[in-house]
Amino acid sequence: MNAYLLIIIPLIGAVLAALWPRKKSRPLFLPAVGLVHTILCFLLLAKPEAVDPAVWLAFDPLARAILPGVSLLFLVCACYTVGYLRLKEQDNRVFVPALLLVLGLLSAAHQARHLGILWIATEAVTLACVPLIHFNGTPKSFEATWKYLLVGGTGIALSLLGSICLGYASLHGGGSGDITFTALLEHGPNLSRAWVLTAWVLLLVGYGTKMGLAPMHTWKPDAYGESPGIVGALLAGGVTSVAFMALLRIKSVVDAAGEGVVTGRTLLAIGLFSTLVAALFLLRTRDFKRMLAYSSIEHMGILCIATSLGGPGVWAALFHVWSNGLTKGALFLSAANLQRVADSSSIDDVRGMSKVLPRTSILFVVGMFAITACPPFGPFFSELLIIRTGLGAGQGWAIGLFLVCLLLAFFGISRIVFAVVDGRPRLKKPNPAHLKESAGLILPPLFLLAASLWLGLFTPDILKGAWSAAVLQLFPIP
Amino acid sequence: MNDTLNLLIGLAMGLNLLALGTSRLPVLIRAVAMQGVLLGLLPLVLEAHGLDWRLVLITLATVAGKGVLIPFMLIRAMRTANIARELEPFIGYIPSLLLGAAGTIAAVALTRYLPLLPEHAGNLHVPGAMALILTGFILLIGRTKAISQVCGYLILENGIYLAGLLLIRSTPILVEFGILLDVTVGIFVIGIIVDRIQRAFDSLDTRKLTALHE
Repeated sequence: MNAYLLIIIPLIGAVLAALWPRKKSRPLFLPAVGLVHTILCFLLLAKPEAVDPAVWLAFDPLARAILPGVSLLFLVCACYTVGYLRLKEQDNRVFVPALLLVLGLLSAAHQARHLGILWIATEAVTLACVPLIHFNGTPKSFEATWKYLLVGGTGIALSLLGSICLGYASLHGGGSGDITFTALLEHGPNLSRAWVLTAWVLLLVGYGTKMGLAPMHTWKPDAYGESPGIVGALLAGGVTSVAFMALLRIKSVVDAAGEGVVTGRTLLAIGLFSTLVAALFLLRTRDFKRMLAYSSIEHMGILCIATSLGGPGVWAALFHVWSNGLTKGALFLSAANLQRVADSSSIDDVRGMSKVLPRTSILFVVGMFAITACPPFGPFFSELLIIRTGLGAGQGWAIGLFLVCLLLAFFGISRIVFAVVDGRPRLKKPNPAHLKESAGLILPPLFLLAASLWLGLFTPDILKGAWSAAVLQLFPIP
Repeated sequence: MNDTLNLLIGLAMGLNLLALGTSRLPVLIRAVAMQGVLLGLLPLVLEAHGLDWRLVLITLATVAGKGVLIPFMLIRAMRTANIARELEPFIGYIPSLLLGAAGTIAAVALTRYLPLLPEHAGNLHVPGAMALILTGFILLIGRTKAISQVCGYLILENGIYLAGLLLIRSTPILVEFGILLDVTVGIFVIGIIVDRIQRAFDSLDTRKLTALHE
């Protein structure tokens, strides 16, 4: 029941917000619905319910391990959005309901235990994000949206084809073609090998596109660069985690079919490639919002590397999903503050922001240290765990390359951040309309950074338990 | 059953070549629409002995969506953009036609080596799906106009729909409906975007979408 509440409440909120006549008070729906959603999520996290294996949607251990983090990120972004939209002239009659729709669909996708439901929810999230990405209405944002739709749409089409192949693998192996994850896992050893491998390739490419793994990442820098900061935060922290979770569930099925070596190798290869590509682009880019996109590609690569290491690696990956989501959220929100005042996100136009927006600049710099895995923030501990697991699994070369990429990424990111913050103020408009660093624009990113710090220093036992349960669900001890 | 099935899929494969070879958008859109209708009728052929209202509803919805609604939207988008032909594709018409033909032959030839259930082995079902998916990709990559790319995407979707019909006996109907709905909505949104791009750039040429690059 509660599983459905998490989906229905945001959807009802979206309808109400669409019908709400007042532009000024409409954004208040976001924190209200977000708060209810987060409270419900954490209650379910604290008191897990037994899950009927046959059911199509449930708050199962894997959903418990990730969804509360996404919900928390949404709540904080929602609080920020209220202040953000107050400064915007555009109508928000589409924007606010679409955000709530995304929350509801994200909850559905995280809880999907049926390949078809998972696919529908992911596709629906893709479509619901469209009005969010071109909210600013500039030609560039249309271009970004078109690319997002075409690349994302093709990716999602391939993942549907992969789902069909997985169903056919079951049918060909004498099964019923049932594509609930429970049935596929039980039927695992009998699944037709050739079709399982075809399905794995297609699903990896398909959901990998949504996740933004290189070389299917081309939509990401544009979409993140041209959409409002909150949308970037939700795409990076919420939508990508859906795709990652889809890959986790599918990997467990393919592993059960006896192809664990193949999934491990492909994930390691694509993970390293993504990290490397992102690191190289980070050294080149001159735009601080595109920088966040490349950083997101890097972290998706890290998740794949971690997952390729098996059970303990998946545990570290779940930890990293939380620490990356919260930290990236803080960076996106502070970047949004900077972009608002500077009216640009290029380091050629924006300099010396520490004089113009001192508080935001501090947040931006601290966020940079957090995301590049400096201690004692969350990403440091999750990445340390990944490195230790990798060395323990005898993947010395891969981990070595991974560390080089991390170092390059650190150079790339710190170069841009300091260029923006440091020096004499240089802005596109000589006398910008000064944005007051009001509590509504400073506290949300501060809160997210604090959460990232807290996650690193005092990882709560309840989360550790949830991650262990999720690993156990995916890879039951044979 | 196999004869009707092969006939419908064979015609759909022929329309691929028409879609690849034409420079005129109305022809391309009509080819895609025809293909949608042909494939929409397939569930009736596949399940001829077990007809029920759900099957009829799916058929009606698919034919209406793929054959009427989406082509209508595309024609409208084409008229508002005031274009009737595509002049400079990335991949020329003859090369795309040859690629498509070679792909179709390869799909038919390779199917023999795939592990298939007996009821799918002797007909054009699987090669048809592969040929459609391939054609969709050629159009997606090889065309410059947004509407042609949408048509390519639709042929790709048609191919995936055809592949999905392999599971018609086992996959719950709900999923098929969701697929259909999503495709329709997706194209709907794409249509809106096409409209917006046109207003923003005064053209539907995706080559003008080059402000964003690294």
